[in-house]
Amino acid sequence: MGPQGLESTELRLGLPGSDDGGGGERSVKKRVFSGGGWEADVCGGGKKRNMDLVVGWPPVCLHRKNKKSICNVRNLYVKVSLDGAPILRKVDLSCFKGYWELGMGLEELFDCYGIGEAMKEENKSCEYIAIYEDKDADWMLVGDVPWLMFTETCKRLRIKRRSYADGIGLHADEKD
Amino acid sequence: MVYSLPEEVLEHVFSFITSDKDRNVVSVVCKSWYEIERWCRRKVFIGNCYAVSPAIMIRRFPEVRSVELKGKPHFADFNLVPEGWGGYACSWIDEMSRSYPWLEEIRLKRMVITDESLELISTSFKNFRVLVLSSCEGFSTDGLSAIAANCRNLRELDLQESEVMDLSGHWLSHFPDTFTSLESLNMSCLGSEVSFSALERLVAMSPNLKTLRLNRAVPLGKLSTLLQQAPQLVELGTGAYSSGIRSDVYSALSKAFLGCKELKGLSGFWDVDPSYLPAFFSVCSRLTTLNLSYATIRSPDITKVINLCPNLQRLLVLDHIEDSGLNALALSCKNLQELRVFPSDMYVADANVTLTEQGLVSVTQGCPKLQSVLYFCHQMSNSALITIAKNRPNLTCFRLCIIEPRTPDYLTHEPLDIGFGAIVKHCKNLSRLSLSGLLTDRVFEYIGTHAKKLDMLSIAFAGDSDLGLHHVLSGCESLKKLEIRDCPFGDTALLANVAKLATMRSLWMSSCAVSIGACKILSRKMPMLNVEVIDENGTLNPKLDNCLVEKLYVYRTVAGPRSDMPGYIWTMDRDSANKI
Repeated sequence: MGPQGLESTELRLGLPGSDDGGGGERSVKKRVFSGGGWEADVCGGGKKRNMDLVVGWPPVCLHRKNKKSICNVRNLYVKVSLDGAPILRKVDLSCFKGYWELGMGLEELFDCYGIGEAMKEENKSCEYIAIYEDKDADWMLVGDVPWLMFTETCKRLRIKRRSYADGIGLHADEKD
Repeated sequence: MVYSLPEEVLEHVFSFITSDKDRNVVSVVCKSWYEIERWCRRKVFIGNCYAVSPAIMIRRFPEVRSVELKGKPHFADFNLVPEGWGGYACSWIDEMSRSYPWLEEIRLKRMVITDESLELISTSFKNFRVLVLSSCEGFSTDGLSAIAANCRNLRELDLQESEVMDLSGHWLSHFPDTFTSLESLNMSCLGSEVSFSALERLVAMSPNLKTLRLNRAVPLGKLSTLLQQAPQLVELGTGAYSSGIRSDVYSALSKAFLGCKELKGLSGFWDVDPSYLPAFFSVCSRLTTLNLSYATIRSPDITKVINLCPNLQRLLVLDHIEDSGLNALALSCKNLQELRVFPSDMYVADANVTLTEQGLVSVTQGCPKLQSVLYFCHQMSNSALITIAKNRPNLTCFRLCIIEPRTPDYLTHEPLDIGFGAIVKHCKNLSRLSLSGLLTDRVFEYIGTHAKKLDMLSIAFAGDSDLGLHHVLSGCESLKKLEIRDCPFGDTALLANVAKLATMRSLWMSSCAVSIGACKILSRKMPMLNVEVIDENGTLNPKLDNCLVEKLYVYRTVAGPRSDMPGYIWTMDRDSANKI
């Protein structure tokens, strides 16, 4: 480790950049305190500083940061089939914030009226039932688990007509 | 003569004295006043739950109806306090359940509370009315189910910004059919959906419901139904404010808002679709509070809304408002008292967002009643700060966050010392101040000299030496809470001002230059303080006195060192450092 390396760990209390002896376009070493001494941690230029290394800065409440990061970056496209319909559709689960919206979306796609209500309310009966295939290749009833868990495990969706599903039970034919 | 007034008369007189500070003053007049006062105190506020114990509180105030407790240090909001630090409500709830059968209100902030405690609350206090859990954690919707099922007289349930484990949306169904007392419900922090039928049922059977804050998962289509059931609402927090699916949502919503003649406060507005904004324009002229800080709408839309709200007193908004929106605010909202502008992008100045110091200057110029400011921006100048100070000497809270640490005056490249100096000089009633930007010890000299009413000060990436800290500790007479991060402040200033720390609620210092030796000395000199050193990395060697500490939290207490510290906290005890 040459003099360069030692210099970077030296205890300094000067203004950032003042030790470099030159102004202008030099990138500023950010000093991050760690344990027994000051260490130069990040070299960042201009405005695009790597703030990720500075814990708790800028001082914005966690819930505000978290809520912002729920922007739909992941695409969760899954196939949706409706009993009797020859053409399948695809929906992006990350577009919906919950079962209600998924149900509304499916109603719009397939005219399967009432499926949204049926997903949310156990008592409401509907001609249609929504089931999904999960990571273990089991067919499950939509609506049992919390929404986020559902979006992570759902591989494909299927809308069954109640009259078809009776007598078969909910682990209906996996083969289409 | 005062001493001949009967107790009942004094008690009656005291019943008009509700502020804690006044009550505390009354209690030290003489022994008999102390006795009378303690028996008739109904409300207790404890700003640091470790400053006192439940037993001490109960012994002194046997007839309390309302308790408010705060736990973790404020910097916990920004992830600076590690997991497991403490702030457990359990022992408080346990002891109160035994000693305060008539307790009506519990308010907790930054504390950890379990489902078991919530269940205990729900079964121990027959007249329980108000539960506020602000930035709390440790509980799930099961605990909420118990509250719903058992608290027959519940008026207020407020989960503001708490972390709740969402196990089921059906907790709302646990309110019985006979439950009609609800006045305020804030569930905006919940991540998952709640049962809509339960929500609608609850709203329909609550004729006194004044505040309803929904969570993001409540779709816009449901909002009109709820508003129609509760046109008497004074404060509403919407869920997601967009509905790409249904087209009749807009007209139903607009009609529902028309019916809400009492609405004064609006919040929520996640995922805003600007085309739905006009639906609430009919209530704008009455609005006093508007929270658009989750709404990523652009300046023209925000400006349109602001121009319709002449009675606005409180505005929370993202920096999308830009200088142009703030200029409109300055022109339209002459009753504005509080402004909070949050950053939309945490780290990098968005080239499309033109929010500068000028916006803030405009508002301070145009809004004569402005008292409280929280402002995130990317640039500032001393001249702007001086103008702000002269425009608004009535400021009581000034929190400025220039996002890049140590940013100088962008015009002169000087430190921002004289700018903040002007703030403390002109704003004589300033009680809360947060600093940012490039600052030397000079700014602390100004603060120590002028900020005599300052109650809370937050400092980050500032100062040159111990002198800075010394100015603050020796000069700020009213200072109660001081939180510092990443400043070159150390032993000398701390040890020169030990007595000051006993007059304060707490001191937080992280990533500064305080040694473990100084912590031991501090503890030895001031036995009424708890001196806690947080050593998350496990690198601290408490025998090496010149070893620097990572994080330090010092607070006055009559309860001695606490017994619930996690393994990474050392408590200073005279000459040694101890762990549990």
